Order: sequence, then C-alpha cells, then structure tokens
Amino acid sequence: MTTTSRIAATALAAALGMAMLTACGGSSGDGGGTDAKTVTLVSHDSFNVSQSVLEEFTRQTGYKVRELKGGDAGKAVNQAILSKANPQGDVFFGIDNILLSRGLKEDIFSPYKAKGLENVPQELQLDAAHKRVTPVDYGDVCVNYDRAYFTRHKIAPPKTFEDLIKPEYKNLLVTENSATSSPGLAFQLGTIAAYGEGKWQDYWKKLKANGVEVVDGWEQAYTERFSGTAAGKGKGDKPLVVSYASSPPSEVLDKKPRPEQAPTGVAAGTCFRQVEFAGLLKGAKNEKGGKALLDFLLSKKFQEDVPLKMFVNPARTDAKVPPLFTKYGEKIDKPWTVAPQDITDHREQWIKQWSSLVLK
Amino acid sequence: MALPLLFFAVFFAYPVLAIVGRGLKDGGQWQLGRIATVLGDPDVLHVLWFTIWQAAASTGLTLLIALPGAYVFARFDFPGKHLLRAVVTIPFVLPTVVVGSAFLALVGRGGVLDDLWGLRLDTSVWAILLAHVFFNYAVVVRTVGGLWSQLDPRQEEAARVLGAGRFAAWRRVTLPALGPAVAAAALMVFLFTFTSFGVVQILGGPAFSTLEVEIYRQTADFLDLPTAAVLTLLQFAAVLALLALHAWTVRRREATLKLVDAAGTARRPRGTGQWTLLWGTLAVIAVLLLLPLAVLIERSFAGPDGYGLDFYQALRSAASADSTFAVAPLEAVGNSLAYGAVATVIALTVGGLAAAALTLRWPRTASDDGSRTAGRLVRGFDALLMLPLGVSAVTVGFGFLITLDKPPLDLRSSWWLVPLAQALVGVPFVVRTMLPVLRAVDDRLREAAAVLGASPWRVWREVDLPLVRRALLIAAGFAFAVSLGEFGATVFIARPDAPTLPVAVARLLGRAGELNYGQAMALSTILMVVCAGALLVLERMRTDQSGEF
Repeated sequence: MTTTSRIAATALAAALGMAMLTACGGSSGDGGGTDAKTVTLVSHDSFNVSQSVLEEFTRQTGYKVRELKGGDAGKAVNQAILSKANPQGDVFFGIDNILLSRGLKEDIFSPYKAKGLENVPQELQLDAAHKRVTPVDYGDVCVNYDRAYFTRHKIAPPKTFEDLIKPEYKNLLVTENSATSSPGLAFQLGTIAAYGEGKWQDYWKKLKANGVEVVDGWEQAYTERFSGTAAGKGKGDKPLVVSYASSPPSEVLDKKPRPEQAPTGVAAGTCFRQVEFAGLLKGAKNEKGGKALLDFLLSKKFQEDVPLKMFVNPARTDAKVPPLFTKYGEKIDKPWTVAPQDITDHREQWIKQWSSLVLK
Repeated sequence: MALPLLFFAVFFAYPVLAIVGRGLKDGGQWQLGRIATVLGDPDVLHVLWFTIWQAAASTGLTLLIALPGAYVFARFDFPGKHLLRAVVTIPFVLPTVVVGSAFLALVGRGGVLDDLWGLRLDTSVWAILLAHVFFNYAVVVRTVGGLWSQLDPRQEEAARVLGAGRFAAWRRVTLPALGPAVAAAALMVFLFTFTSFGVVQILGGPAFSTLEVEIYRQTADFLDLPTAAVLTLLQFAAVLALLALHAWTVRRREATLKLVDAAGTARRPRGTGQWTLLWGTLAVIAVLLLLPLAVLIERSFAGPDGYGLDFYQALRSAASADSTFAVAPLEAVGNSLAYGAVATVIALTVGGLAAAALTLRWPRTASDDGSRTAGRLVRGFDALLMLPLGVSAVTVGFGFLITLDKPPLDLRSSWWLVPLAQALVGVPFVVRTMLPVLRAVDDRLREAAAVLGASPWRVWREVDLPLVRRALLIAAGFAFAVSLGEFGATVFIARPDAPTLPVAVARLLGRAGELNYGQAMALSTILMVVCAGALLVLERMRTDQSGEF
C-alpha cells in the first residue's frame, strides 16, 4: 500500500509531537495567558538564576516567575521599546548604561524605589533622580592577558591603554568589532573616556599601526584567537584579548584541583564599567508582582546568587562574593565611564567613525 | 489554495509589512524620501553588490560540486547509500555558529590546514564560499537527485540506439528533463546564500557585510527602523527579480515526464569511468562535508583530561551552581524534536496544498485572457511562497513582536509560534521539492481516472500520491531538518525554559570556559545524530515496492 507509509509517517510525527508535548509538561498550551499569581520577567539571553533562589521568591511572595528572553541585550531592549504599547511582561532586566538613555527616552519604565537601594553605591545609580531603573549588577570589560606567554617571553603584561600602543606589545591584541559586539563597543567607549572626544581617533590609529586584530564577536576573539583560554586548546596565538574582568575566574571554574592563580590576568587600567538595570515596565499587567520582583532582584539572596550565575558583581555592597571571584578575579577600583546620555547621543556616529578608521 | 494564502497572510505578510510600514511612516505620512537617501549611500551599494556577488559565486560553486553527487546518488547503488544521504544533509541543519567554529578549526589560524601546509583561509571570501557549499550540498543532491532517480533511463538508451553519442543523449534527453529541478535547486541555494548571516559574520570577519547583516544591525542594534525598512525592501526587490528570472527560465521547460520508480533506476557502477565518478564524489564528500563534522565530534570528546565523555555528562546536569540553564541542556533535544514534528506537519500541509494548487490546470474561460490572468496569479502565488527565504529573520521576528500581540493572536510567548515560524521557512522547500514532480505527472492519467468516475480527491490519492510519495518524504525530511536547524527566528521567540538545540548551543558558546565550549561541541554532535536519525527514518519509510507504475 502506498498510502499506508504516508499515513504511518504522519501518524508517527504526530505521535512524536504529542509525546513530546506531554513529556515537556506545561511547555504546551496557553503560553500567552498569565494570571495574578504569575509575574513575567523579560530579559536578555545571559540572565541566569539558580532554581532554588527563584523558588525562594515564590515561597516568600506567592508569585511564580515566568521568564522571557529575547536575544542579546541590545535586541531585548529594542524589543521592549517596540512593544511598549503592549508590553510582553512586568519587569525588564538587562538594560545597561550603554542602552539606558534610549530606554528612558522611549519611556518604557515606571518609577519604583526598590527595597535595599540604600545598600547600592551612588555611582551605580544612574537614574537616581527618577528611580525608573534599579541597578542590579555591574561588570567590567577589560583587556585580559595570557600569563604563561608573558612569563615565557619575560615581558611585563600591559596595564593601561597607553601600554597597548608600545612596540613590545605589537601584534598581540585581538578585539571585537564595535558595530557587532558589546565588549568591542565597551572597549572603544573606554578609550573615548580615557582620551576624550578629540584624541580617541588618534589613539586608535596608533593601535592599528601596532597591529590590533579585529574579529566580529567575543566568542571568536576569546575562544578561537586568545592563547590563554583552555577552551581554545592552545590554538590561539594572541596573548591579549578584550574580554571581562570576570573571565579569569571562569577559566578556573572547571579545574580540579584549583590552581594557585588563574591562567589569565586583567589589565586594570583598560576597564570600562557596565552596569545592568532592571525596571518596572509601563503598562505591566501585574504591577504589584513586578514591584515584588524588583525588590527581590535587589535582595541579598538574589544578589549573592548573581556572581556564579552571570559572572558579574552584585550591586549591593553588603552581598557576599564567592571566594572564586575574590581569589582569581580582579577588583577594578577605577574603571572608565561615559555618561549614558553621551553614549546615546553619539553611539552611532562613534561606531561609524571607528569602523571607517579601523576596518577600512 | 485558501489555507496556504491565509497562513502566509497572517504569519508572514502582515508582520513584515507592519515592521516595514513602521519604518517608512512618520505620523501617518509615508516618507518615501528616505528610500532615496539610503539608496544613495555608497556603502549600501557596496554591500548590495557584495551580497549578490557572493551569492552567485556560491551558487555556481555548489552546483559544480554537487551535481555529480546528485547523479551518483540517483543512479548508483552502493553499500551505505541511505546512511550517506542522511549524513550529507546534516550540514544543512547545523547552526551557523557551529559550522563557523568547525570551519575555523579547519581553515583558520592554528587549524588543521594551517598545521599541515600553513594554509589560512579565514577572513577570506574562499572560506565563505566553501562554507556555503558545505551547507547547501544537500539541497542540490536532494532536489535534483530526487527527480533524477525517477527519470526513465530507457529514454536515454533509446536515444543512444538512434545513434546519439553518450554526451548528446544526456544533453538532449536527460538535461532538459532535469532543467526545472536544477533551476529550483539553484534558486534555493541562491536565496540561502543571499541572506547568509552567520557564515559571513564568523568566517568573513568584519570586512565583509551582506544585506542581511546590515538589516540585523540596523534593526537589532540601532533600532534604525527607516534604514532597515529600506534595506528590507531592497532585499525584497532583489529576491523578486530573481524569482521572476527563475519563473521565466523554468516555464519554457516544464514538460510532462515519464516517471518510474526510483528503485529500478539505480544500479551498481560499471566500468572505470563510473567507478572513478563514484569514488571522486565520495572523496569530495569526505573532505568537504565530513571533515568539518569530524572536527566537531573530535572536540566534543576531547575533555579536560584526555578523551572521554566529560562534556556529555555535563550536559545531563541541570541547574547546578554554575550551569547556564534552568533545565539540563539535554532537554533541548526533546524540545527540538517536538517543534520539528509539529513544524513538519504544518509545512507539509501548507506546502502540499500549495503545490497541489499550483499544478491544477485552471479552467479556461471563453477568452484566452482569463487563463492568462489565472496563470499569472498562479505564478505570483508561487513567488509569494518563496519569499520567506529571502526575508531577514530579524525582520520577521520583530514583525511578530508588533503584530501578534493582541488577542486572539497574542502568540508572542506561545509555544506554537516557534513551529509556525519554522514552518514558514520549511514551506518553500516542500513546494520546491514537490512541484517538479507533481508537474511532471501526466495529466492524461488524471483525466483517465476522472473519466472512470473517480472524485478529484480520489484522483489525487490514486494517481498523484503514489507518484509524489517519494518527493513528499524528501520534502518532509527537508522541513524537519530546516526546523531542527532554524536559529534566526527561533532565538527571538523560543522560551527560555524550552530552548531548541541550536539556541542552547549558541548560549553555551557565548560563555567563557572550557566546559561550556566542550558542551557546545557535544550538543552539536547530538544535534547531528538526531538529524541523521530522523532523516534515516524518513528514508526507511519508503516502501520498496515497484511495479505500481
């Protein structure tokens, strides 16, 4: 019979689908429906939290958290802006200082002062006057170096932007494309903060003359090109890479036993600070739940869960950071910063200038 | 015809038009001046030129390399053929992130070729072209090979008897019959490479940019909807021009063919020439398709302390203190299969109906005008079905976001949105695979059945279905594979508690640390196995009965 095989195929597919649907328990059905007992958190892909911590929130408040993720940070913010007439959730997490002004200008957040804000340092509160967003965590984008390489070649690793254009570091640095990668852009913003609107382009000319290599994304720069990461199996040949201050701790995370020091280090003078915020979305269906969730994002319980889940530092000064971070990571005391408004005003122009200067 | 049209109107036309409209409207006024501004930018023209150039080069190269492969799969019998046919389709479903890293491991700095001969191809056009061939080899083998295996070899033999040389017989008999399928394959490869995103980004480096990459940046990074809208329209125009060209070349060629059962046309190769061809093809497949896959597999087993299953074991652990997931990454396998099964059913239903509608002979009205309009209508519908391949995933994703946000269609966080979006990409494949075969069915068979009193449905069941069963299964395989590997739109809409395999791989690759990288490689290997398994099952479902024809 010719039709039987077709019917069998369809039946099999349908049965498979059905089996999966039931097996994934709850993943089917009314995705769109929410009730008063659910609070929806919209975030980017890197948002991450321990299951036990989320259960704690449900125990305390009775709300269940539904997570929606929409790509990388920029994409998630833009989706929130596009759907502001009819927001996808109650709370948005993951708008950083690079994108903050755009979100505020588009007016997607309602003001709310979260509990525990007094424990967050002033320099992280970038919307202190209106409290439309609450700082949740911060991290730094810095040049990482491969310790083994510099020991082998008996050169001191670089510490500042100025070092990177010296002849002994010629052809050693790989960075990311500002236009397509968020650490790449952060690194460029760091140089703009350090050299000012007048001089940063000159600096990049020198950096280019000193053989900086540009690749499109962080994965490629760090995993494929950087010589200091275990994931690259020693294939990379660049001992300097633009990455995060928390990358060294993540290098020792899977190592047993833990070594004396991380195989990579951080050039402390090249760091640009990124602060991540959460805010109550305007027009949230469950405003009360959203406020409770914001309080929770700033609670000690959540804040102490942040470092190992997202590899960033908690915003609260009284949250305990795990030893992995303190022992292998680097605390950056003087990071470079640029005012959010300036970033929004000039971002596109800066990226264009950078592209025509560095990529052409 | 109504169902496919509705499907496209709701899930494609409406979202895309809405997002383009938002970019080109300002306070209810169309700002068409913006189009001129953007098109006047030399950078944009440069990007457009590069996009077209690399797509054309990739298509030519793919056809050159894959057509002999299509012949070998269609005409020769050799052990392990079914397995190999499934294996060559694997690249097609791998997420570009993974393929990018596999290719870098091969042709990049410190890669295999670099170790052997100091050959580095990354950040060059060659790497992009090779990766495109790697991706699209299966498209040609499946669409062309599917038809080729059903052509009656006796026709060529008859030509030989009548005195034609071997080549002349092939050129006069086989080639014209294959024309539509080759054109369809070329069209699909071109559309795929025209909208290439990940490959260009990873392998080309920042120096190369395609329209797709630009649209993504303008939309996702800058929220510059006007520019993105103009670029989307530009992409539309290019794709439409291409479809018109395709329709024009194919229309003159589609003729009724005598199809036979595939089982009877393949045989063991004879003579040195055929053996050389077989081994040559196998060598090409080994180097171009299997080597990159092998690199991935090797890396998935190369644990921190020698070879082992460390990375695979890590995949089973769910939310430990340092994992990237709320659920164990392994659960992504189940999600992908479930989405894939549903998406395949949707794509087959919509695509099958559409293909059937496109083969119907439209009733001729009194004037010739009527049938010509109908013909135009059909061709327009045909083109419409191909458009999703030529529209950026980010455009569709953002379009979904602003249109499907109100009841009854608030699907933004619904489970169904994922298979629907995936089916949208699958439908063109179903249509393209089924159409050449359906159109080749001799109309007189249908007429004869109708004369004998069969209802239209029964005619379809008794005449068309047996002949297209094979194409249908190939189409199902395609739709399923597309769904497994779809990343661009899925990443927008997949719920975090239900990531698909490619989404999970991308998430793992986005984190530092050896364990995450290894898990990404392990998960990619699992994706390959799942895909190959599904395709093998589909291959096996073809009952090997001949004598129905």
